[in-house]
Amino acid sequence: MSMINYASREINCKIVYYGPGLGGKTTNLEVVYGKVQPDTRGKLISLATETERTLFFDFLPVDLGTIRGFKTRFHLYTVPGQVYYNASRKLILKGVDGIVFVGDSQVERLEANQEAMQNLYDNMAEYGYDLTKMPFVIQYNKRDLPNAAPIRDLQAALNPGWEVTDAAKMRVAADPAHPGENLVEQLPTGEWIERAPYYEAVAVNGDGVFDTLRGVSKLVLKSLA
Amino acid sequence: MPVGAASWSFTEDDFGAIKQALERFLTDCNARCALLVDRTGQLVATVGDRPDFDPTAFATLTAADFSANDQLAKLIGENEFNSLFHQGEKESMYLADIARRVILVVLFDNRTTLGLVRLKMKAAVQELTQLFHDVFSRGSSASMPNILAGAEDEIDKLFQ
Repeated sequence: MSMINYASREINCKIVYYGPGLGGKTTNLEVVYGKVQPDTRGKLISLATETERTLFFDFLPVDLGTIRGFKTRFHLYTVPGQVYYNASRKLILKGVDGIVFVGDSQVERLEANQEAMQNLYDNMAEYGYDLTKMPFVIQYNKRDLPNAAPIRDLQAALNPGWEVTDAAKMRVAADPAHPGENLVEQLPTGEWIERAPYYEAVAVNGDGVFDTLRGVSKLVLKSLA
Repeated sequence: MPVGAASWSFTEDDFGAIKQALERFLTDCNARCALLVDRTGQLVATVGDRPDFDPTAFATLTAADFSANDQLAKLIGENEFNSLFHQGEKESMYLADIARRVILVVLFDNRTTLGLVRLKMKAAVQELTQLFHDVFSRGSSASMPNILAGAEDEIDKLFQ
């Protein structure tokens, strides 16, 4: 639920980083905080436990530039990764404009990823939001680890695609971030499917963090256009 | 309306009317400053003394505070808590719901009393509820041009 303020000439949008515990959601925000110009970002707020596990959320506002004289302000939130805090996770999703799912690439975390993805779909549905119809990207984090699963396996498990029902969307759409791959394509069975754009990342080093943020914020702004 | 579309926007006229109502309320109750925050955590307006804290962070935490309390209310069988009061040694704050979409926060110190703030708040909430009803019922429909319509190129450029 974006807000356009004509008085201060601002467009405000809300992006939520979702995913399993210890997957790197907070790290994404910390990297953004550390790398953008101080005058284009606000304070990084963390409501965390003493052991630095997110209790309620992390929050960081960033300005990404000006369009038609309006400042584009993005409010970045993370949710707690632990299922124990599902009630507060749900609250953060209220009024969300775009979602980043931060998956943990480690083979051992596959089940945790799937659980978090299912939980995201469920929580969104409770608000009446349809994830397949809104700005949504996936980040496969921790690509540098030796036990990282191949992208193909992660895609099959977390991003197999949803059926395209709108006839106007039934044409091949290439994935700009991955040459040779498509975001919308027809399966041999004749069914058209669409997948969420994905990005590979090593968030602790900052790799892929801005690609992901750019990817989702562009989708959000285009959904308003 | 598709999810993600601007679900509300307000003009300079709306802003002027909202600001006037808030200023009147502040003078009446002798409070320091008032903020309007929408339920998703976006700051809508501030009047009175310029806050010496980060207002964006404040707005986010206010919305989180309100939604957490909403859930607490439901757990104990209440529909909602339509106002909250946080008392400090010198500074206190009072929060009230407006039209289920916006939160009015007033910060005050010992130059006034909770009773007076609460009393004046009632009228302010009523007036603001009416103003916001008008804003929401208009939505971001035909009367407001979509400023981003056809801006795809500009959006692409922003991310090059």
